[in-house]
Amino acid sequence: MMSSNILKFEPEPERYEFSAGPMHHFDLARRDFFKLLGAGIAVFAVAKDSLAKQETAPTRGFHQEELPKEITAWLHVGEDGNVTAFTGKVEIGQNIRTSLAQTVADELRVPFESVTMVTADTALTPFDFGTVGSRSMPTMSPQLRRVSAAARDLLVSAAAREWKVATEGLTAADGKVSDPATGRSLRYGELAHGKTLAQNLPAEDPVTPANQWRIAGKPIPKKDGRSFVTGKHEYTPDLHRPGMLYGKVLRPPSFGATLTSFDDKAAQAMNGVVIVHDGNFVGAAAANEREASKALEAIHTEWKEVRQTSSKELFSYLKQNAKPSSNERSRRVKGSVEEGLSAAAHRLDASYSIAFIAHAPLEPRAALAEWSEGKLTVWTGSQRPFAVRDELADAFHVSENNVRVIVPDTGAAYGGKHTGDAALEAARLARAAGHPVKVVWTREEEFTWAYFRPAGVIEIKSGIAADGTLTAWEFHNYNSGMSAIETPYAVPNQHVEFHTTECPLRSGSYRGLAATANFFARESHMDDLARAVRGEPLEFRLKNLNEPRLRAVFEAAAKSFGWPGKKTQEGQGFGIAGGLEKGGYVATCAEVAVDRTSGAVRVVRLTTAFECGAIVNPDGLRNQVIGANIQGLGGALFEAIEFENGRITNRRFSSYRVPRFRDVPEIDAVLLDRKDLPSAGAGETPIMGVAPAIGNAILDATGTRLRNLPMAPQGLPLAKS
Amino acid sequence: MSKPIVLLINGESCTVQCDPETPLLTALRDELGLTGTKYGCGEGQCGACTVLLGGAPRRSCQIPVSAAAAKPITTIEGLEKDRQLHPVQQAFLDAGAFQCAYCTSGMILSSVGLLSANPNPSSADIIQYLQGNICRCGTHPRIIEAVHQAAKSMRERG
Repeated sequence: MMSSNILKFEPEPERYEFSAGPMHHFDLARRDFFKLLGAGIAVFAVAKDSLAKQETAPTRGFHQEELPKEITAWLHVGEDGNVTAFTGKVEIGQNIRTSLAQTVADELRVPFESVTMVTADTALTPFDFGTVGSRSMPTMSPQLRRVSAAARDLLVSAAAREWKVATEGLTAADGKVSDPATGRSLRYGELAHGKTLAQNLPAEDPVTPANQWRIAGKPIPKKDGRSFVTGKHEYTPDLHRPGMLYGKVLRPPSFGATLTSFDDKAAQAMNGVVIVHDGNFVGAAAANEREASKALEAIHTEWKEVRQTSSKELFSYLKQNAKPSSNERSRRVKGSVEEGLSAAAHRLDASYSIAFIAHAPLEPRAALAEWSEGKLTVWTGSQRPFAVRDELADAFHVSENNVRVIVPDTGAAYGGKHTGDAALEAARLARAAGHPVKVVWTREEEFTWAYFRPAGVIEIKSGIAADGTLTAWEFHNYNSGMSAIETPYAVPNQHVEFHTTECPLRSGSYRGLAATANFFARESHMDDLARAVRGEPLEFRLKNLNEPRLRAVFEAAAKSFGWPGKKTQEGQGFGIAGGLEKGGYVATCAEVAVDRTSGAVRVVRLTTAFECGAIVNPDGLRNQVIGANIQGLGGALFEAIEFENGRITNRRFSSYRVPRFRDVPEIDAVLLDRKDLPSAGAGETPIMGVAPAIGNAILDATGTRLRNLPMAPQGLPLAKS
Repeated sequence: MSKPIVLLINGESCTVQCDPETPLLTALRDELGLTGTKYGCGEGQCGACTVLLGGAPRRSCQIPVSAAAAKPITTIEGLEKDRQLHPVQQAFLDAGAFQCAYCTSGMILSSVGLLSANPNPSSADIIQYLQGNICRCGTHPRIIEAVHQAAKSMRERG
């Protein structure tokens, strides 16, 4: 029964992922490891091939490099009993530092407080593809469990040797190994004392099942929370180094412009200013930002610009510039759509569009770079420290061993910080200046020179029998991507295809990738089909849905929301939408209130049910689910990047609207804890049902179907007349 | 032209040497190392740079340092007293009212400003007051909860 009707694509090709550099061997020799951390017990996890595949290459053929056969996580138990675990993952507000520390504490049987996570430092942590694709929980968490379990075994063995007894019968708990037969016990610190014991992990260690977790599964507060409420935590823009200068970059007037004339005589005459002119790159470093900016203003440049398309003609541009043939990987055909359509009692054709939007993390891109004896250290907020290291090594023609990238816990990313742009700029200026240089992008730079969630056009043709079963489903996505492109509903005849096109703006990952676009089109369309057969939207979905985990979240959301809602006032409407992606299952119910005279749309209530296997930290998960709902509301109703001839025209918070307090509805997060299933990631999938649920609610309230994201940037057009 | 300007920050007198037109935010962060106050937009639209100026929340990116010289300034670093968190800080911590936490300093200072003007705000008052503070992670419901909690504990403390 389960999933038999779902077309299976290759794992999600993050088409907009930027390619990783070559793999490298970790360069921290074991003796250095103990030198760094002191004596104790260390365990190194070697990735199983299957894990490594998922972790380092989301798709086959996406990156051509060898998969790493190397260490993915390591852990140290010190003579003081403190535990330090190392992972290349990055904390960007998703609370991974806390969740992973819980995992380690749980499996090693130590108090949560005794675990320190060292993250995202290319000199100290194992190679990691990046904190992307909701992979930290499904891949890093089990690996840390395995190293923790192995370390616990080592400690038990050490106690058994000490007491000259068999390991069987000894127990590990609360940072101690105990022998219930004699009542004696030894603390982990005592067992690690004087040892420099290292072990590679055996292929597979049994780990604690979720129903026996004691620390994982609990709502433990964010690690180092106090440093955030006191302003003590240092994000990249807060860092300082002795002799540090401030760098600014002179931006071209438009995308793709080339520098044709350059004169920096006036700027060179300024005291204490370092100017760099290298190809199209022009930058300045000075004792403070103001001096650096003044220097740039004093430079005379001329640029050759190229004519470019504008947001007004975006969607016709995408359709007209579709590449002729998609490859087999981007197309799936099952049965015959033609036959399915001719057998249908109702047919529906519709087209949907999705605008470019910006991530707009509150911490803009920033980097601090320091060269010392040919070696480069860069602190930067990035989701992919190892990829940034490789970008730097390539750009400066130095070996990766001479580049260290460190990522302080970062002021968010949402998929927007995969590249090393600011790192390259800071390093280029620092090399010329002979001083450390910090570059912090302005908000305008962030809105212009970062990358965007790709725009897209989606076309659907469908057919439905008189009894409300789907007979045909044809789905074409132009440009936005393949994430969650497949329908979870049972349809015998399908044609689902992704088309690459020329894309007018630099595009990249965004929380949930194209799944939000694909969910929006599909779930809007499903609602219209339900109406075509006078069906109730939830019943219609369930009738066509076999997937039990998805049915469960639909039912849970409906129950908690009180579906179907009862209209008590004019302009009120209710909508539902859902789907699955990245191992998570989501359904969202929305209530909206539409003001018939002003056209204003207010989201009154959102209920999102989410299931991602065994929950590691319900408090952190709730924060992520609610946050995804609010972020999703922005893209649903009003966020859109506007551009004209190579320039972003709304590059400030005063012209690019993001959700604020007044936009926030009452939100109910219903978390389904499946302790019998492995934990999936949770940062992305809860965003996906928000836009179609709101759209369906607007339809319910007004009878108008909105097929373009954002749906109501200036309120509803229906009120204009 | 750069010149010495005396500021009263968190109860201490500090001298910064900078152009009088320099934004207070820049002086705090780059001259005094008080980096708890954040840059988010540079146009007073996001609230990340909020400080208290004469007790009222102000966007430090919009105030020239010379204009801040006359009044006492409180930054996030000045709220904790004798290792005791301010009730608003404690409430944010207790409510888990942050994710990436880059907006947190500004949210806390704005909330302190609200509670000094209105010790018993309704949710609508809080929403209205914090409308100028952006949280991109979408932690708004918990921030509102934290402000209510802080108001309660401040009233109880008297």
